[in-house]
Amino acid sequence: MKHIDEYRDAKIARALLAALERKVTRPWVLMEICGGQTHTLMRYGIDTLIPSQIELVHGPGCPVCVTPLEVVEKAIQIASQPDVIFVSYGDMLRVPGSATDLLRVKASGGDVRIAYSPMEAVKIARANPQRRVVFFGIGFETTAPANAMAVMQAKREGLRNFSMLVSHVLVPPAIRLLLESPANRVQGFIAPGHVCTVMGYWEYEALSRQYRVPIVVGGFEPVDLIEAIGMLVAQLEEGRAEAENQYVRSVTLVGNRVAQKVLLEVFEVTDRKWRGIGAIPQSGFRLRPEFAEYDAEKIFGLADTVVEEPAECISAQVLQGLKKPVDCPAFGVRCTPENPLGAPMVSSEGACAAYYQYRRDTVKSS
Amino acid sequence: MMCPTPLVARDKILLGHGSGGKLSADLIESIFLPAFHNPVLARLDDQGVVTINGAKLAVTTDSFVVKPLFFRGGDIGSLAVHGTVNDLAMGGAQPLFLTVAFILEEGLPMDTLRRVVDSLAGAARAAGVQIITGDTKVVEKGSGDGIFINTTGIGLVPEGVELSASAARPGDCVILSGSIGEHGMAILSEREGLEFETALESDSAALDTLVATMLAADGRIHTLRDPTRGGVSSSLNEIARQSGVGIEIEESAIPVRDPVRGACELLGLDPLYVANEGKLIAMVDAAAADAVLAAMRSHPLGRDACAIGSVTAAHPGLVTMRTLLGPSRIVDMLAGDQLPRIC
Repeated sequence: MKHIDEYRDAKIARALLAALERKVTRPWVLMEICGGQTHTLMRYGIDTLIPSQIELVHGPGCPVCVTPLEVVEKAIQIASQPDVIFVSYGDMLRVPGSATDLLRVKASGGDVRIAYSPMEAVKIARANPQRRVVFFGIGFETTAPANAMAVMQAKREGLRNFSMLVSHVLVPPAIRLLLESPANRVQGFIAPGHVCTVMGYWEYEALSRQYRVPIVVGGFEPVDLIEAIGMLVAQLEEGRAEAENQYVRSVTLVGNRVAQKVLLEVFEVTDRKWRGIGAIPQSGFRLRPEFAEYDAEKIFGLADTVVEEPAECISAQVLQGLKKPVDCPAFGVRCTPENPLGAPMVSSEGACAAYYQYRRDTVKSS
Repeated sequence: MMCPTPLVARDKILLGHGSGGKLSADLIESIFLPAFHNPVLARLDDQGVVTINGAKLAVTTDSFVVKPLFFRGGDIGSLAVHGTVNDLAMGGAQPLFLTVAFILEEGLPMDTLRRVVDSLAGAARAAGVQIITGDTKVVEKGSGDGIFINTTGIGLVPEGVELSASAARPGDCVILSGSIGEHGMAILSEREGLEFETALESDSAALDTLVATMLAADGRIHTLRDPTRGGVSSSLNEIARQSGVGIEIEESAIPVRDPVRGACELLGLDPLYVANEGKLIAMVDAAAADAVLAAMRSHPLGRDACAIGSVTAAHPGLVTMRTLLGPSRIVDMLAGDQLPRIC
């Protein structure tokens, strides 16, 4: 299959690995930002194929993982109301709040539906004028344009029964936070290809210049990631710090202008709490005031609850690349995908779930 | 302050309990096995095999709740025959008789029922099984989903045939009868209104004659499983656990047709976990593997049969896969259903 097979080709991967082996002379710590990339690295065992001097740590780019529990709690409260149809992407359904999760709300009679696109929620709202339809608008810049389109469409049609519970987050402020942390060990970043498809990578050029750190926009297939690692190592070994683009088949410097225009018409940048990391200034999107009537938080007027993470969970350090999932004493023992302590084990994109699902027989604590 | 305690899935039935994954296995182990315990059931095969007056009978039952009722490559009627016939066939039994029970929802168009019944009758005729008794119940509108069907099947296990999911042995060759994921993705794409260049079609088919062909070629077959709900990965995990062996498969050896791959890539699903209704996995003595493979390839439903791995004494209960790049990874059983990813 074109655009897939050549990026999973063992021969191409081996050639890139051999080139990487020749290039590397010193230890380097690299971080892939996106959970999808973590998933590929673990699934194909790329961490075992690259030279041992290169250490990969895993970033905060799993939208399910960083959605704050307080927002999950609000989603559960909204979805439990009898006149509501709550529509969400599938993998948010299993994230536990304080007492239950959306799958259980559904099992108790709540109308919770899985959608592949927010436009499906608009369609449901159109077909059910007597019900309130709420879409769970989470994710990074990748999902934001489609969510913005859905709100725009609802407004255009004058749908009064559609709203969105928004908890969007942005990648560049999170990278900035990691780089400013005194504990930071990361020397080069693989930036998320899907996010940059929408936003371009000019923001990463500024980051790279300011912090003198190499950043390479990477794709999601094994060959993409090995190539991106090679590009980072080349920069580090040569003493360069630039933003480069490995994922050229999808990403341009300026990104998708049409998508950016739509999302900036509907959303505005705001401070946002990240689960496991805390509040990051100017790190999220919220609906602009002119779309307030589509803001589920305002419509349902829910108060903020404080939800504490289980004390044993080290997801905060995992999401910042300070620790690996296997460094956690609960990993695979008291924390499994069936009984997760924290979000990185719940979400299929989470680093803990990736380690558990693919490699729990061989991975060792570092 | 509230503290999020991990949720143990024991307080309520979730959809995941019907997924064929870990939650389904939990349900069987914690509720059904203790209540019904007996040696036949304890084998946890797709069918119970009992000997009555010297005749070895295989009995199995299956309920069908598929939505939509009609899909490319089949419908709930033909599926209700194929599913049960295949569960008998996986025990090496020759399917003989079926019972059929309908649970119909008030308001169901009579024409829909007629189409389903015609299809069911046709599939039964083609598989050479007779429907010898049945039952009908009607539930109020909203209490069902059009049509639910239960079929129970009875078959005769030939002398000397002894197949079980607990009989795989280290050294066995793992054989797959063809490309995977077609039924699940056909249903999903129909349900979600997804269109692809090449239409996805369910592989729903009766496998009894394929099994008979295999057994005739060489009797050294230890285990047969049809990888339905939960897909190939769940079946392999069940066999590994029940036989107390490890299983190692090769990613490059597993046939997945392009339309299935494309749809899976699009939705973020892994074809290893997607349902099949016309495929089987066989654990075969390595010395018999070539003969069994050749026999399978001579049968229309086994044309693309291939060896995908082997059984090992290492890592009992665990299934691993050598990926395209070389390193091995675990192929786990999912907790519940595969949920489409966000991005």
